[in-house]
Parts: sequence; C-alpha cells; structure tokens
Amino acid sequence: MKNDIDITKDEKILKALIEQRPDITLEDALENEMILNIGPQHPATHGVLRVLVRLDGETIIAAVPELGYLHRGYEKMAENMTYYDYIPHTDRLDYTANLANNVAYVLAVEKLAGIEAPPRAQYIRMIMAELARIMGHLVAIGTFVLDIGAVTPFMWTFRERENIQNIFDILCGARFTTSYTRIGGVAADMTDEVKKMILDFTDRFIPALEDFEKLLHKNKIFVQRLDGIGILPKEDAIALGITGPNLRGSGVEFDIRRAQPYLYYNEMDFKVPVYEESDALARYFVRIDEIHESVKIVRQALEKMPEGEVIANEPKFVLPHKTEIYTKMEELIHDFMLVNFGIHPPEGDTYFSVENPKGELGFYFVSDGSGSPWKLKIRSPSFCNLQALPIVCKNQMISDLVAIIGSLDPVMGEADK
Amino acid sequence: MDIKEKIIARLNKEENLVLETSDFRGDFTVVVPAEKITEVAKILKEDEELAFDLIEDVTAVDWAKRKGRFTVVYHVYSLKNNFRLRIKINLEGTEAPSVVSVWPGANWYERETYDMYGVTFTGHPDLRRMYMPEEFEHHPLRKEFPLRGIPGSLPLPEKSKQDEKRY
Repeated sequence: MKNDIDITKDEKILKALIEQRPDITLEDALENEMILNIGPQHPATHGVLRVLVRLDGETIIAAVPELGYLHRGYEKMAENMTYYDYIPHTDRLDYTANLANNVAYVLAVEKLAGIEAPPRAQYIRMIMAELARIMGHLVAIGTFVLDIGAVTPFMWTFRERENIQNIFDILCGARFTTSYTRIGGVAADMTDEVKKMILDFTDRFIPALEDFEKLLHKNKIFVQRLDGIGILPKEDAIALGITGPNLRGSGVEFDIRRAQPYLYYNEMDFKVPVYEESDALARYFVRIDEIHESVKIVRQALEKMPEGEVIANEPKFVLPHKTEIYTKMEELIHDFMLVNFGIHPPEGDTYFSVENPKGELGFYFVSDGSGSPWKLKIRSPSFCNLQALPIVCKNQMISDLVAIIGSLDPVMGEADK
Repeated sequence: MDIKEKIIARLNKEENLVLETSDFRGDFTVVVPAEKITEVAKILKEDEELAFDLIEDVTAVDWAKRKGRFTVVYHVYSLKNNFRLRIKINLEGTEAPSVVSVWPGANWYERETYDMYGVTFTGHPDLRRMYMPEEFEHHPLRKEFPLRGIPGSLPLPEKSKQDEKRY
C-alpha cells in the first residue's frame, strides 16, 4: 500500500518536470552534457597537460587544451645569457631526446655566426641525434602502449633506452643532461670504446625491437583498439602546421632531413615512412618505421665517419683546449673573452630548423651584435602538434582520449618552454 | 624564374606590397605593410605556384627604444616548392591583423605572442593568454619586464598556519 502512494507522488513530480522541460526525456539518462577536467596531474597526459572536455554521454563534443603549467620562461632567460651558457638549457626542452636539441641549437648558432664544424664532428652529431631519436621514439611508443593497457612493451622499450643512455654516459659524462655539443664542434671525440658500444647496441637492438613488434602487431586487442580512432585528415594537418611523425601519419611526405638536408643526411640512404590512414595506429607505425631507419643511418654514419678534428679552428667562436690556455697567451685571452662576454655574431636574424623526434624544432635568433641574443624564439613541435587535439578527439569516446594524446606524443617541457 | 623573384613579382602584381627584401645567410625575408598582412597571406597561400601552406611560426620582436616598437615575424613554408619565407610587419602601435582566417595553425602562435608581448591581433577568434594566468597583467618577454619577475604579480596560494610553523 505504501509503495503505491510513493509511486503516485513520484509520477506527479516527474510530470511537472516534463512539463517544464519537454526536451528532456526520461528514457535516456545520458542525454545530458557534462564538462570534465583532465589533468594537469594525470598520468596519461605525459606531463602537465590540462584538457577540458565537454561530453555528451561518453562522446567528446569539444576539447580545450590548456598549457603553461611548465612554463619556465626559457626565451626570456636566453636574452640574459651568452650563447654558450644556453646549451644546457636545451637539454630540458624535449627531455626524451635531449641530445637532438643540443645539436639543433648549436647548428642554429653556427648558422648565425657563419661558421661550420669539421666533418668528423658533424658525423658524431648525426649519430648522436639519431640515437636520441630512437630514444625519443622508444619513450613515445612505450608510454603510448602503456596508456592503453600494455605494460610489458613499456618495460622492454625502457630497457633498450637504458642501453642508449649508457652510451651517452660514456661519451658525454651524463645520461640525461648531456650538453654534449659545442659551438663549432663537440665536447669530446668519440673513442673506439663508444664506437664499439654503438655497434653492439645496433646489433642487439633490432632483434629486441622485432620481439617487441611480435608482442603488439598481431595483437587483436591492440590493433582494434587503435584502428580508426583519432583521425587527423591531411588537409587539417597541413593547415594547422603539424610536423613530424604526426604529419607523416596523415600521408604528407615532409621530413626536413630529406627536404632541406643538414649535417650529412644527403649522403645517407634512408626512407621517409608515410602512412595514409591518418589514425592513431598509423602514427604509431610511422614511429616504429623511423626507429628502423634511424638504426640504418647510425650504421652508415659509423662506417663513413672520417678521422680528424672534432672542433673548428675559429678562435673568435670556439673555446680553446684547456691545456693550451695554461701555456699560451693568445688562448688565455680568447678563453677569458669567450667565457665572460660570449661570442659576438654579426647583426641580423636567422631561422634554423631540424627534424626532431617530435617534429620540426626551430630556433629563430635576432642578434644585435652583442654577446647574448636580442631575441630567441623556440619553435617547438609539441606545442604546435597539440593544436590538433581539439580536431582529432572530436566525436571520439572519452576512453580513447588517452590513446589519442599518446599517439600525438606531446612533451610538455617543450610545449611550455 | 627563381622562386624569390616569383614571390616579389606576385606580391607586387596588383599593388606594391613589398616594402623591403633581405637575404641574410640564405633566409629570404619580405617586409610588407602591417595593415595588408591578411591579403599578403591570402595571396601567398592561394596562389597555385607559390602555395605557402604550412605555417611554421609567428612571433614578435620588441625593439624597446625604436619608434615602431614591435615587429611581427611570420615563417611560412611551401611544401610544393620546398622553400621557407619570412614575412615581417613593422607595427606602429600594438595592433596587428590576424592571419588565422588564412592559416588556422597561427591560432596558438598569435595567442602566445599576445601573452608574451601584448600585441593584440584583430580578428582572432579566441585571443586568450597561452601560458600565463588570465589575470596576469604584464607581458613577460617585453624588454622592460625584469628577468626575476615582479613580486606579487602572480597569485600564489596563501600559507596556512601549519606551513608557518614548519618553516
């Protein structure tokens, strides 16, 4: 009896509700929009990315990425220090591939100053930049598959990454914060020990990578989870200025190593992997293929690497060797001037960009002829690639969002500068 | 005809849009009138031979003591011609027309430039700050902004009594 009374009461309330808002139906409980905040403290956002999503049920209607939680003012700092002082800061941009940033920065300074490093130094830079690219892609695919639930591959990629870091440790003296390159060359010559380590690594790495591929590429759960989600159409990718593996995953063959070769990439034999599918799976396969190509480049470069100096003979731009400072007057003066007042490139502005693991990393210098840049602008690939997020995750499921962020592979140290 | 001559000829076709050109270390630069930048962008993108479709960067330079204080710098790339072009506009005040309608990728770069230099882009669909909090009053990359920041300009969470005891 009691129940009957309650039901009639509820019906009255419901009736009143329906009369007020006829557009809300009672059958579909999910027909309400919801705003959800993801991050900045969230393991799947790869750092401190914050995304505000508007949901209709489980479908994303709109997404707004918010940046700036890791903004350290690197461009302001560059204006207040010499060109040399800034090299360690470039490690902290894309910290998954720190040596590639070092190489990009010194190449940009060398273009502004109008000097060139000797061939052996250029080859060492190229080998190291490619190893850094492998490292960056290993982190990218490792965390990406971890986000969608595969834990074992993550451990395997980090094991291989550790081997590369051991090489960096012997060569640069540091595993993470390498700061290995110098304006006009590199800090130390590559010894035979390091050369042997790299050769050993490339021999052992390819079978390990093939094992990794066996785990995933025929895995139904993995492939079906990613197939067709996060589609970034070719036209949108170009219009938004996306670069790197994300652009090549959308079917555009644009790689700065091929389009505007720097270092000795024009002498290397490698393919630029392009996939037309434009989805998260395509972007993953681009990265896998690029690792294979990078290993090829490293092997070729080790074979072709000439003997010789690793630092240019440019007293006005290059720090002299320590032993010479203590014995020669001229070198002592140069060392004093370079350390205290820095190099003085001519007045003017230059832009130089390289192909980093994440895309096009560019440095725009404005020099007023003094010891520190008047302005330095870092064109970071992750910043630009994140612009695609609202388009890519529109009309996708909320559970796919982490997979999409992982497939775009942003590094917040670089996006926030 | 070389691509650089083509760009100049195309921009000067209807009216003289190129004020100045330079070629320092192989970086080709054109200076155009600030109020015409949207038209220049449209010509460069839509011309079938030039096809500058990839926007790489938008930023500003603060000249501090010069009369026209800000210069806005654009880097655009043509995938078809494999050529990078730098466009500069010299501003008289702090206003510049937006190019988002031509290159949608300029959206975040213009927001960043607004945040860091205080250059407002007219016609931008969503001109908010990129990195700094919305209530922040200053523009950090301007030359008068001190390197160590301005104390009290950023709202920080208040110290609780427990924290005071601890430190």
